Amino acid sequence: MNGNDPMTGVERIRSAIAKRQGDATAAFMPYFPSGFPSRSESVAMMRSMADAGADLFEIGFPFSDPLADGPTIQAATHRALLNGMTTRDCLDIARELREAGITQPFCAMSYYNPIFNYGTDRFVEDAAQAGFDGFIIPDLPPDEGEEMEEACREAGLALVYLLAPSSSRERIELVTSRSTGFVYLVSVLGTTGARASLPDYLTDLVAQVRAGTDTPVCVGFGVSNGVQAARVASIADGAIVGSALVKAADGPDGADAVKSLARELARGAHGH
Amino acid sequence: MVDQIDAIFQADDYGVHYPDSRGRFGPYGGKYVPETLIPALEELEDIHATAMQDEDFRTELNSLLETYVGRPTPLTYAKRLTEHFGGPEIYLKREDLAHTGAHKINNALGQALMVKRILGKNRVVAETGAGQHGVATATACALLDMECVVYMGSVDMARQAPNVFRMRLLGAEVREVSSGSQTLKDAISEAIRDWVTNVPDTHYLLGSALGPHPYPVMVRNLQSVIGREARRQMLAPSTGPGRLPDVVVACVGGGSNAIGMFYPFVMDPGVRLIGVEAGGSGIESQKHAARFADPKMGRLGVLHGTRSYVLQDEDGQIALTHSISAGLDYASVGPEHALLRDRERAEYFYCTDEQALAGFELLCRQEGIIPALESAHAVGWLPELMSDVSSDDVVLVSLSGRGDKDLDTVMAELSPGDRVQSKAQFT
Repeated sequence: MNGNDPMTGVERIRSAIAKRQGDATAAFMPYFPSGFPSRSESVAMMRSMADAGADLFEIGFPFSDPLADGPTIQAATHRALLNGMTTRDCLDIARELREAGITQPFCAMSYYNPIFNYGTDRFVEDAAQAGFDGFIIPDLPPDEGEEMEEACREAGLALVYLLAPSSSRERIELVTSRSTGFVYLVSVLGTTGARASLPDYLTDLVAQVRAGTDTPVCVGFGVSNGVQAARVASIADGAIVGSALVKAADGPDGADAVKSLARELARGAHGH
Repeated sequence: MVDQIDAIFQADDYGVHYPDSRGRFGPYGGKYVPETLIPALEELEDIHATAMQDEDFRTELNSLLETYVGRPTPLTYAKRLTEHFGGPEIYLKREDLAHTGAHKINNALGQALMVKRILGKNRVVAETGAGQHGVATATACALLDMECVVYMGSVDMARQAPNVFRMRLLGAEVREVSSGSQTLKDAISEAIRDWVTNVPDTHYLLGSALGPHPYPVMVRNLQSVIGREARRQMLAPSTGPGRLPDVVVACVGGGSNAIGMFYPFVMDPGVRLIGVEAGGSGIESQKHAARFADPKMGRLGVLHGTRSYVLQDEDGQIALTHSISAGLDYASVGPEHALLRDRERAEYFYCTDEQALAGFELLCRQEGIIPALESAHAVGWLPELMSDVSSDDVVLVSLSGRGDKDLDTVMAELSPGDRVQSKAQFT
């Protein structure tokens, strides 16, 4: 947490994304599960991704029943749980990264039950203290988000809502008007996971979402290499990558693989 | 004649209208799902409302319930069971005699018909624990010519093998779920993941009164045929005691047979409603599925789209549950039950595996009815109930399903060889 920073979490997120805004550029936003493959390795990998050009981190909190996740992230977060990761440990990881000098904004990516169980207000407070700037909660649509929104408003932190290819015009209006920091646009119907190609409709979908809002629109699910990141950069404000990095981390030279994939993704997103 | 489902909306109000327009039963319920699914849930709300008002739909469903499911299911006076306890008269609502052997068919057929007729979707995914909902869904899909994929945990596939085979015979694809606890909760997660991926042409046919709105209310409405029939049968001297029961008992996993049975009695203040959860190896053992009975692990939480009581650890991770009955082996409970409990309109107790097995045996011996292990929890709680009722009371038990599917499990637990042998010596 930047103790003397007068900016709110929402502003820090907006500013990190704004830095990369351009016709063929976007923020590179890696997701990584805390506690995978081990606690210390997850910290080291995020530090190396910071060096490689990450603009914002989505730090994953493990949950026993991750219903929006595909096999890769399911397996990784399951392992994090086996490693004994608790909500408190995940908060500590952010604190550790801040102490190590990582200044990029952090979003906590968690399912709702662990947050609800921790106590929504207390969670937001403790997360702010630990150095988080916002939250992404895949099973908390705006319909159920009032309590969390209220807590975030008070703390100046972002609550990022999601949109999907199935979203109606009404839902797009609702989500863009309520989402703070950015809007997370899920590129495909389905769960998280690397995919061979991005769907053709993505350009129109992004345009449709962007038309009615100033909030940045970042695209995730299925973005897994530099070429795809570059394509996202040409239409959106941020490229979110999770499963591909998790997969890279899961080999014998995980740290190197993550670093080199992060470089490739950053180059793709940053347009060089 | 089958009770018309017209009556569904008439008893819709106990105190205030539940659920509200956001799908909430007081502090419970709601729609905690990924945004991708919101349009499908909104669509489902619409077609549920449309279907219930649509005369053609109602006629078709009622006709299938009568001519295909075999409704109304009988009300049986359990004479020898009554004599065994020497207390109140005991009546059994015989959902075990419905086609496919359990109440699950009421909901499966209703949803499948709704989706096929009104939405035109032709692919159905479902989860199953005991296999009864999977079989019911596979049956409805065979009847209505729909594609059917059933997700089932590997543990449940092993302990309910006959039902796996039945589903396959009926043309369904059974997909094994080997993540997490490999039981019902993981099967639900996997079914939801399939639904998220294939939502434009796929319906998720959820089997219990839980999950995101509108499932709890939709499943309750489709299952309330149980309670409407039972209430009428109790009141008519030709089919029952000619009066309302004093106590209604049903087992509660997700809670669909219980809510279907309770709902039409909710406005009868003299009728005690009692739900029996799965106590597994006992509360202290932490191996159970009694969400209401364990103040440490059973707390308010959010699982599979709904806010209700959830068995979880200190960190909000969903607990691994245990019950001898696969159909009750689930970490959360339907939101309407949580509300009925708060309002003290229904009471919830639990039965251990051992008590359920005793209930299972008792019903076999006294009535010649082999109950499902789920339903055996309702029977298994009767000894406890006896100290709490007078002999001129009348008790109605929801016998939600039959036990053919459970024979392997029960054989392993009861080792009846001894008994068969000892009995043989006397004959």
